[in-house]
Amino acid sequence: MTDAAINAAEAALPAIPKEESPFTRFRKAFVEDKVAVAGLILFLIIVSLALLAPWITPQNPYDLRSVDIMDSRLPPGATMGEGFTSWLGTDGVGRDLYSGILYGLRISLMVGVLSGIIAASVGMAVGLTAAYAGGRVETVLMRIVDLQLSLPAVLIALILVAALGKGVDKIIFALVVVQWAYYARTVRGTALVERRKEYVEAAQSLGLSNARVVFRHIMPNCLAPVIVIITVQTAHAIALEATLSFLGVGLPQTEPSLGVLIANGFQYMLSGKYWISVFPGLALLLTIVSINLMGDRIRDVLNPRLEK
Amino acid sequence: MLAFILRRLGQATLVIGAMIVIVFFGVNVIGDPVYMLISPEMDQNAIEATKVALGLDKPIWEQFVYFVSGAVQGDLGRSFVHGEPAIKLILSRMPATMELALVALLMAIVIGLPLGVYAGLNPESRISKAIMAISILGFSLPTFWVGLMLIMFFSVMLGWLPATGRGDVVRVLGIETSLLSWQGWTFIALPALNLALLKISLVIRLARAGTREAALMDYVKFARAKGLAQSRIVGVHIMKNIMIPIVTVLGLEFGSLVAFSVVTETIFAWPGMGKLLLEAIQRLDRPVIVAYVMVVVVLFVVINLMVDVLYSILDPRVRLTEAKA
Repeated sequence: MTDAAINAAEAALPAIPKEESPFTRFRKAFVEDKVAVAGLILFLIIVSLALLAPWITPQNPYDLRSVDIMDSRLPPGATMGEGFTSWLGTDGVGRDLYSGILYGLRISLMVGVLSGIIAASVGMAVGLTAAYAGGRVETVLMRIVDLQLSLPAVLIALILVAALGKGVDKIIFALVVVQWAYYARTVRGTALVERRKEYVEAAQSLGLSNARVVFRHIMPNCLAPVIVIITVQTAHAIALEATLSFLGVGLPQTEPSLGVLIANGFQYMLSGKYWISVFPGLALLLTIVSINLMGDRIRDVLNPRLEK
Repeated sequence: MLAFILRRLGQATLVIGAMIVIVFFGVNVIGDPVYMLISPEMDQNAIEATKVALGLDKPIWEQFVYFVSGAVQGDLGRSFVHGEPAIKLILSRMPATMELALVALLMAIVIGLPLGVYAGLNPESRISKAIMAISILGFSLPTFWVGLMLIMFFSVMLGWLPATGRGDVVRVLGIETSLLSWQGWTFIALPALNLALLKISLVIRLARAGTREAALMDYVKFARAKGLAQSRIVGVHIMKNIMIPIVTVLGLEFGSLVAFSVVTETIFAWPGMGKLLLEAIQRLDRPVIVAYVMVVVVLFVVINLMVDVLYSILDPRVRLTEAKA
C-alpha cells in the first residue's frame, strides 16, 4: 500500500476526540451552575480579604497601642481618634470592627480548613485500613465510628474542650475528633467496592506491597466522596468553632475568631448596639454559605452515594 | 424477635459502659477543681480537708470504682458548686429542656410539613424555589447567630416578645411547665423557634422529596381518576405515606435537639440542663458534667433502641438480615 493510500484511509476515519482529563470534565460541569460559581467567587474574595488583612485594614486589633478605649462602641461610619473612618463601627474596647472581622476570618478559616484536612487524613487512613484489613480490625474500627456518629457533634466537642481547655491547637483537636468518623465511614464504603475490582487484583499479583496497593491504587479512587465531605465539613467546622467560642469555651480573647467577636457584642445587643455582633455574624454567614453553595454543586457533579 | 431485642439491649449496655469509662477519665483530666473552690486565705490543712470531703485525695482508680458503684445505684456524685447530688440537679432542670425540645419538634412539623408538601407538589413554582432557598439557609446559619438575630428583631427592635428567661411555671402531675399560660408561650416562642430552625429545614427537605415521589405513584393517580378532591389526596393519601420516614428521622433527631439546646438555652437564659452544663464546664464542676453526659447518653441509647425495635416490627427484613450475618 502506498503512503498516499494510508493517508487517505486515515483521513476517512472519524476524528478521535481529544481525551479530557477528569479535572477538566469536573471544571466544565462545575461552571455550568451559576450559583456555584457565585459561591466560588465569594469564597475567593473572603479568603483574599483574610489573607491580605494586615495590608488593607486601618488598624491591627492585636496591637494594643493602636486601640483607644475612647473609641469604644462607635456606630458604623464614625470617625475614630486616629483619624480614619470606621465603616462598621467599633467594639466594646474600641477596636475597629472591619479590621477585627478580617483578622477574625483568618483564625476561623485556618481552624476550619486545618481541622478538615487533618480529619480527612485520619478518617481516610482508618477507613482504608478497615476496608483492606477486614475481619476483627474492621469490626473494632467501625464500632468506634458508629459509637461516635450516634452522638451529636456539639456535645462531643463541648465535652472535649471542657476537658482540654481553650486554645487554637485544642479546638482543632476537638474538631478533628468530631469530624474524622464521617470520612472513615464513607471511605470504607467506597474502598470496599474498589478492592474487589480487577485492577486491585492485578496490582496484588504484581507483588506490590499492601501499603502501595492501598495508597497508590485504591486511595485515588476513593477521593471523590472525600472532596465532597471536605467542603461540607469545613463549613460545619467553622460554624462549630464559632459556636464554641461564642459559648466561651472555644478560643480565648487573645485569638479573636468571628465567634469571639460575636460573643463580645452579645452583651451590647440588648441596648441596641447591634453592629458589634451583626457584622461579624454576617461575615461568618457569608463564609459558610459560599462554601455550602460550592459543596452542593461539587456533590452533584461527583455524585458519590453519600450516606447522609 | 426476642433474640433481636436482647441483642440490641446487650449492645446498648455496652455503649453505656464504654461511655462511662471514656467520660469519667476524659473529664477527670481537667485541671484541679480544688483550686477553683478554695479561697487564697485557706491554709494547707483546710485545702486537704476540702480534698478529703470531695473524695479527690484518693487515686483515680478508686474514684472510678466508687463512681461506678454509685452510678448503678443512680448516684453520680455531688456537685462541687451546689453541694447537691448531680443527678438531682440535672433532673430538676430536665422538664424545662424537654419542654423546649418538644415545642421545637412541634414547630418543625407544623411549619416544615406544609412548606415541604407545597414545594413537592409544585416543584417549579417560584414560591417553592424560595422555600428551598430558605431551607438551605436554615442548614447554613449557625444556631447561635440566628438566636441573636431573633432577639434583636423581636425583642429589641419590635419589643413583641421577651428576650430571656422562662415564664411562670405551673405544677401539673408533679412536672413544672410554662405551657399553660399565654405568658409562658411568649417566653418559649423565640428559643423554641431558634432550636427548631435546623429541623424545619430538615422536614421541608424530607417532605418535599417524599411528596414528589408519592405524587407519581399509582394510588395517587387512581385517587385522582376516582375524582377525589385535591385536599383529600394530599391530606390523606400522600400524607400517610410521607409521614413514616419523617417521624422516624424526627424521633432520632430528638436527641440532637436536646444536645443543641445547650446553645439555645445559653443565649435565651432558659433554665434547662444545657445551661447547667455550660455553667458546670466553666466552673469545672466535674460531677455535673459527667452526670449530664450520662443522662444524655442514656437518652440517646433508649431512643435509638426504640426506633430500632419499632423498625424491626414494621420491616421484618431488618432483623432477618441481621440474624443471618
